[in-house]
Amino acid sequence: MGELRLMKGNEAIAEAAIRAGVDGYFGYPITPQSEVMEYLMQERPYLTTGMVVLQAESETSSINMLYGGASCGKKVFTSSSSPGISLMMEGISYLAGSELPCLIVNVVRGGPGLGTIQPSQSDYFQSTKGGGHGDYRMVVLAPASVQEMSDFVELGFDIAFKYRNPTLILSDGLIGQMMEKVILKDPKPRRTMEEIIKQCPWATTGKTPKRERNIITSLDLDSSKQEKHVMKLKEKYAQMEREEVRFERINCDDAEYIFVAYGSSARICQKAVDLGRAKGLKLGLFRPITLFPFPTKELKKLSDQVKGILSVEMSLGQMVEDVRLAVGHGQKVDHYGRVGGMIHSPDQVLEAMEKQIIGG
Amino acid sequence: MATQQIFNKEIIGEENLVYKRTNLLTQNHLSYCPGCGHGTAHRLVMEVIEEMGIQSETIGIAPVGCAVLAYEFMDIDMQQAAHGRAPALATATKRLMPEKFVFTYQGDGDLAAIGTAETIHACNRGENITIIFINNGIYGMTGGQMAPTTLPGMPAATCPFGRDVSIMGNPLKITELIAQLPGVYFTTRQAVHKPANVRRTKKAIRMAFENQKLKKGVSFVEIVSNCNSGWKMTPTDANIWMEENMFAFYPLGDIKVDGEMVKK
Repeated sequence: MGELRLMKGNEAIAEAAIRAGVDGYFGYPITPQSEVMEYLMQERPYLTTGMVVLQAESETSSINMLYGGASCGKKVFTSSSSPGISLMMEGISYLAGSELPCLIVNVVRGGPGLGTIQPSQSDYFQSTKGGGHGDYRMVVLAPASVQEMSDFVELGFDIAFKYRNPTLILSDGLIGQMMEKVILKDPKPRRTMEEIIKQCPWATTGKTPKRERNIITSLDLDSSKQEKHVMKLKEKYAQMEREEVRFERINCDDAEYIFVAYGSSARICQKAVDLGRAKGLKLGLFRPITLFPFPTKELKKLSDQVKGILSVEMSLGQMVEDVRLAVGHGQKVDHYGRVGGMIHSPDQVLEAMEKQIIGG
Repeated sequence: MATQQIFNKEIIGEENLVYKRTNLLTQNHLSYCPGCGHGTAHRLVMEVIEEMGIQSETIGIAPVGCAVLAYEFMDIDMQQAAHGRAPALATATKRLMPEKFVFTYQGDGDLAAIGTAETIHACNRGENITIIFINNGIYGMTGGQMAPTTLPGMPAATCPFGRDVSIMGNPLKITELIAQLPGVYFTTRQAVHKPANVRRTKKAIRMAFENQKLKKGVSFVEIVSNCNSGWKMTPTDANIWMEENMFAFYPLGDIKVDGEMVKK
């Protein structure tokens, strides 16, 4: 049993990282996630666990610091918010291309452009469909509580090292800023250099006479070799689709209508389910926890028993495309969501369900 | 296998051998144009690493540009960075493995154009790394376009009538610029086109790595080099042109030694 604390989501990420034996954090301040680095600088894990914490000159630099650290087999992570994540896209593509494990946290704010500092969920496409250039994917974890902000740090690293690929935690300003109780895991020591070399024989830890040199690169000018490399990546992404799907069903067993929502919208929809059920409406909530891989089969199975689906996210409708792809034609699907940093209320979500789906 | 010497012992006896491939260069054929200075610069870096006995402790970082494939030639663990980002990779690598030697090997476009921020901030933080900077005043790999270091009046594919500084701005003396930063301990500008210069450059690279051993901060070695393909000259003409024009704008010699500016 771990330690119980009241924390902000952003702080929980930072504390969980220290406890997970993370080797390094590299970041750049941006609202609404600056508490991650502030917390780390306050805690000074470099004096205790030896974890490196460094404020970079830009998000471009911090993601490339991740590239350097991950190349050495180290557990490294960064956090940012939407405009900063856009700046990291080049680096994320390189990380995926060079098959480097790391953890990236996006505490999403409203866009496009400088947008707003208020919460949003409008980075779904960027997170799940690529974002950077080239054919790549990464597992996207969507926490809906401060507890999950904490838990997904270690899970994210486990997935990253399993596949040698970046993992993204797609949070939002609401989950990042709100305070909840969280049970923190017991601290684990950082891996020793010997353990890292054993776990990551591919890492640039110094060429010894016992092995050939290790090279971290995404480049192959020979197209036939590059094609093989990309096909190998494809197999990894297929394995993610087989093995990493995570989701939660809330009140779905007898539901006639369901919300599909992740992150903070899932929390709001959970309340809307309660409000609807109090009025006699048989509502349920399907919450994807991984956005890539999307729980397509599980949603399809559920959709066969319901009369309509409302996809709720703080965007103009991005995840709804995956919902439609999952359930196919013949099922009533619509989107509802506030944008620009506005947060829908449970009443608004319930009203949208009644108007757009039940009565629509 | 990659570190084996390649010379025919039947023709050249060990006792007569005066020159051979450096042990820490692989047997891969260099991808550089004949006459280019990159091969010599590669050799010098690897000779220093061999002589210091730090092959197993050294991590190199390759840029984007002509030296993008440096990892094919250098027999050490290497990372290949996104364009301009090598100092960011080096920062994390060194901080996470402070007992290792870390160097970047970058060209002028990589270091002084797209990667200016990474260069200046890694230098300003005083990262304990070595930066090898090849300045040939042009983008070689992409086919001879204007670089941040292209001389005034010098033609390139994207300034075919010569660099007009009123339109295109002035060339950037990044080495003098970063020498001003307190995190930088050693900056020098050298060349590799003549034996005397090669010897001086090797000494400078050795000093750069020795400084890193002593945890002194950034050691920065600029090597002014030719690009006969990009400059559209024969190798010999390119070297003469380099001496007359490049060295006039980018004078050779130490700029900052032991943390102190060298008085001219």
